[in-house]
Parts: sequence; structure tokens; C-alpha cells
Amino acid sequence: MKPLRQLRSRTIVLPFENIDTDRIIPARFLTTTERSGLGKFAFQDWRYRADGSPDPAFVLNQPRARGAEILVAGRNFGCGSSREHAPWALLDCGIRAVLSSEIADIFRGNALKNGLLAIVLSESEHRYLLDHPGIELAIDLVAGHIELPDGGRFTFAMDAFARHCLIEGVDQLGFLLRCEDDIARFEARAA
Amino acid sequence: MSTPRTLLDKVWDAHLVRAETDATPAVLYIDLHLIHEVTSPQAFTELRERGLKLRRPDRMLATLDHSTPTTRADANRQRHYVTAQAEAQVHTLEANCRKFGVELRGWDSNERGIVHVIGPELGATQPGMTIVCGDSHTSTHGAFGALAFGIGTSEVAHVMASQCLLQRKPKSLAVEVRGTFAPGIGAKDLILHVIGIIGINGGTGHVIEYRGDAIRALSMEERMTVCNMSIEAGAKAGLIAPDEVTFAYLHGRSLAPKGEQWDAAVARWKTLHSDADARFDRIVHIDAGDVRPTVSYGTHPGMVVGIDQNVPAANSAQDERALRYMQIESGKSMLGVPVDIVFVGSCTNGRLSDLRAAANVLAGRKVASTVRMLVVPGSVAVQRAAESEGLDEIFRAAGAEWREPGCSMCIAMNGDLVAPGQLAVSTSNRNFEGRQGPGARTVLASPQTAAASAIAGHIADPRDYLSAGAAA
Repeated sequence: MKPLRQLRSRTIVLPFENIDTDRIIPARFLTTTERSGLGKFAFQDWRYRADGSPDPAFVLNQPRARGAEILVAGRNFGCGSSREHAPWALLDCGIRAVLSSEIADIFRGNALKNGLLAIVLSESEHRYLLDHPGIELAIDLVAGHIELPDGGRFTFAMDAFARHCLIEGVDQLGFLLRCEDDIARFEARAA
Repeated sequence: MSTPRTLLDKVWDAHLVRAETDATPAVLYIDLHLIHEVTSPQAFTELRERGLKLRRPDRMLATLDHSTPTTRADANRQRHYVTAQAEAQVHTLEANCRKFGVELRGWDSNERGIVHVIGPELGATQPGMTIVCGDSHTSTHGAFGALAFGIGTSEVAHVMASQCLLQRKPKSLAVEVRGTFAPGIGAKDLILHVIGIIGINGGTGHVIEYRGDAIRALSMEERMTVCNMSIEAGAKAGLIAPDEVTFAYLHGRSLAPKGEQWDAAVARWKTLHSDADARFDRIVHIDAGDVRPTVSYGTHPGMVVGIDQNVPAANSAQDERALRYMQIESGKSMLGVPVDIVFVGSCTNGRLSDLRAAANVLAGRKVASTVRMLVVPGSVAVQRAAESEGLDEIFRAAGAEWREPGCSMCIAMNGDLVAPGQLAVSTSNRNFEGRQGPGARTVLASPQTAAASAIAGHIADPRDYLSAGAAA
């Protein structure tokens, strides 16, 4: 994984609560055996009308969404299934960070392992971002804060290991494989 | 004296390869890794690309369930998949299992079925284990006192290569259920009621331990239904301490310990309970007597209501949107809402006792002419057991379709779809928008409620169908 320290982008806002992984990527697109190419199906049933045409009311179809890499979503984003296809789909359509006041556990873990920032903010900070769509944010992972256009800052917490892996581009499977001696000892003891 | 520990503490501590520190998560050993065709192919690809082997193929259990058709093979033994890609995905798992040396419970196996149905059925799921699968309903296995949770595909590759996961210890939430359930009330009603109380994010960051005399009174299959939906409250896992009910269920199953090993295992399993003074991070109390037949009315599993109670008023734009999508009005009960489809099956309610509960209601009655009803057994073993006691005949005679085992309409990946705008009463676990097909409207319910609604042609109270002496 490539190291990720800073991210600067405009936001797009999906203010709905409890956006589940079936909304992010409907199950009928999970028959793929690849990680790539899922972006075109992201939010499919929201993004397109029954006749297949893009719904202009959906934020990702609007010109202001073009090039925006930070998604601000309502509370409890990513609830539901464990499908890693959800962060794969978001990354493939250009989203590199998700900000919310609460992010579901499995989705958050999956996102961070793929270099998709999943950042939890306080209710009031989250409210501010929901109320100010399209502002430019500078996320500094090393400092652990987000800089607002007016110079204000939101600090955020992230698991120390997840942050270290993102900043240094640490491969978590590689880390586990280096635990081999301990794993073998554990197995010998348990046998 | 040692510090009192919760069941979660005990299972967690016993699997620590390395304890966690501020800087690094714990390295947690995984006893059993379940895989299926949907979330494993990219993990196998990663192993291939990195030149890695499976560390412990003997600790894996593989099956086909999600993308598989539930129609029978035709006269030429051809199976009709929904798409060529679905078929290719199944063949990919078959090829990966051959290449990497994993035994696959595939098309030719009598042990095939939904991964969360066959694990317990085979006795692979055992108390005190750590169990994972690239599937959020892995929480099902917690019914045995195993720490069981869903993981993403990156973690599937981690377990394949190292038999371990990097994990932070979750918090503990005790859900204490006391008292007695009224007749006609099942485990599904209980768990929907619980999610309604704690909310769909009420369990986030926690493992739920279900406790109390009402939980102890549940059968293993009922306990699985309860633990299955823990993820629907956002919880990492659900847990129930093993007891005589658990041991009786496991005894004699093909992968359960035998002879002296069985005795040793039971002695060990008996220590797997939360100590009397163990501290939970949170406790929620539920009175079993409060649980009614419960159904969902909105677009997530926390939007539930007693079947004879009024749908609450919308509190937000969010709620309004959900009610609009569902075409449900607040201030009225769900009784009488017209039904198009009834689905009985899934890892939540696709076991023999679920099929019996539905058959009990359906026996001697007909599915309404306006309703299509599918009954999909959770595994080949469930299918055969049901057929040997004639349940399939009851379903067919009532006008329901008796299908081949699989996940089917719960996740609607295999072509078993609810059409746009149709309303399905479903014994599955998720009522998200589009979960059962684009535009599908899902009402989650117990097998009894589903069967009663199939007969009535609209949402119906199962207690009205049990009073004629059929109540068991």
C-alpha cells in the first residue's frame, strides 16, 4: 500500500443516516472475482433511475461532485454486510475519505486496510460539515487534524496502528507473517 | 482470587498469540475459517500473487451458497445460474479449493448449505472457538459460546496465510432476557424486539452476550437466530454461554469430538460462562413477556413494531423517506398490509425448526392466490430432514415453492428476486432498500408470521393460526 499522509479535496455530502453496504454496492454486483471495476456500480440504485439514466438529483451525478474525494455521510455509515466491495467501489469512483459521526465497525476496518480514510468526528463537527457541502478540507493524517477553509481545525482520533499503517504504507499481512514464531509457539502450546 | 471474567474475556484470552498494546492490536488465533464463493476469490488471488500457501487448510470449511441457483439441475444435470459471472464465481471457488487443498462442500456434497447452517450442523462450530468468515452473519456461531464475527476479504487473506487476525478487543454488552415468552412468540420476534430497543448502531464496538432464563430456555436453533442478527444491531458478535442444550446438540455430530475427547471437551466447555461478578461495559434488560410477534416496517432492522401495534410517527426526514419507500403509514398497525412474496429461509431462519414452524401454520391451508411463497432450506441436511418428515409435501400442497438450499432471496444474488415495488414478508435479516432486489420492499418476520401472511395474502398475526390446536 502506498503511504498516505495528506489529502486535500472538496467534500460531497450524503446526509442520510445508516447508509448500508447494500446501498453502497448492491449484492447483485458481488459475483465478480476481481477487486477492480466496481466504481461504476457504487450507489447504483440511488444513482440511476429505473430506465438506466443518471438521476440528476443524486449528488454524485452533479457537476460539483467531479473530482471531490472526501465523502461526508450521515451517522452510522457502512452498516450491514462485511463486503469489502463497498470500500473497493468507493475508491474506484474516486472517494478517498469518508467522514461521519459514526462508522460501522467492519466497514471501517475494511476501508482502512485499503487506504480509504474512515474518520469519525464529533456530532458538532459532523453537523458543520453536513451543513457546508463542497468546502475544501485538508486532512493531515500525521498531525491527526482536518483543516477548514477558514483556518479552523477539527482534530480526530484513529487507532494508532491503523494510522501507522496508512502513513508508512505498512502491509498488514506482512506484519502478521512476521509473527510466525509466536503463531507456531501458540499452536504447539494449544495442541 | 483472580479477576472475574466475562465469557468474551475467556475466549479472547485463550486465543492471544500476542496481547495488544497501544501501538499494535492483538494477534488473535482463529480456530475455524469458513469460506464461500463471494468473499474468497480476491483473497485467493492475493495469496497466489504473493506466493503464499494456506497455513491451515484443515481449519477451513468451504461451501457454495450465495450465488447458487435454488432451482434443480435440469435433465442434463445443468444448473441455471443467474449470470455467467455467477457461474464463473462458483467455478472459481471449486478451482481454488482444488489448487489450495481445501475440502469443498460443493454441489456433489450432502453437506452443502448456507455456511452458517452447515458449520453447526457438522459440529465444526464448537464452544470457546474463534470463528470467522467473510460474511457478517458469522455472528450466528456465537450461539455455541464461540467468538464468531464477519471479516472483509483482506482479513480473509490474513487468516488464510497466517491463521491469525489483528484485532482490538471489543467492549461487552450484556442483554439480559428474563421471564417467559407468550405462546406463538419465537426467537426472531425476540431479536427484532431487541434491535428495536438498542438500535441498529446500539451494539457498535461491542460483543453482545445474551443471558438470562429466557435465553437458557431457547433451543440451539433459536439461539442461532438470536445471535445471527447481532450484526443488525451493529455488534461485532453475539454470544451465548454453552450449557447442556449446547452439548446435547453437538453430541454425535461428525466433526464434534468423540469418546474421551468429548468428555474432556465438555469439561472445558463447562468453564465457558461469565463469572458471577464479571463486569460488562453495558447491560440492557429485556422482559420476555413484552415480546409480541414483531415485524419491521421501515428500511433497516431497527425499525420494528409489534404486529398489533401502530407504526410510530416519522421523527425525521429519514423516517419519512423510509415510510414512503415502504408505502407504509404511521399510526396504523402492519396487519392487513398486502403481501406479494413470502420467503422462508436464510441463515436466520432456514433451519429445520423454522421450516416446522412455518409448516405448522400452513398445514391444511392454502397460500393466497395473490402471493408467491418460496421455502428454501438452509442446507442439504435440512432439506432431507424436512422431506423425511413430509414438510415439503405440506409446503407444496399449500402452493409454496420448495427449493434447493442456498441464501436465495435473502441477498438476491442468485436470481431469486423480489420485483420493484413488491412487498415481501421475509424470514431473513435485512430490510435495507433494494436488499431483495431493486425497489423491493421487505418486511422482516418470523417463520410463523411469514406463513400466516402467506395464507391471508396480507400481513397477519400468527397467533390467529395457532389457536386451532396446532400451537406447539
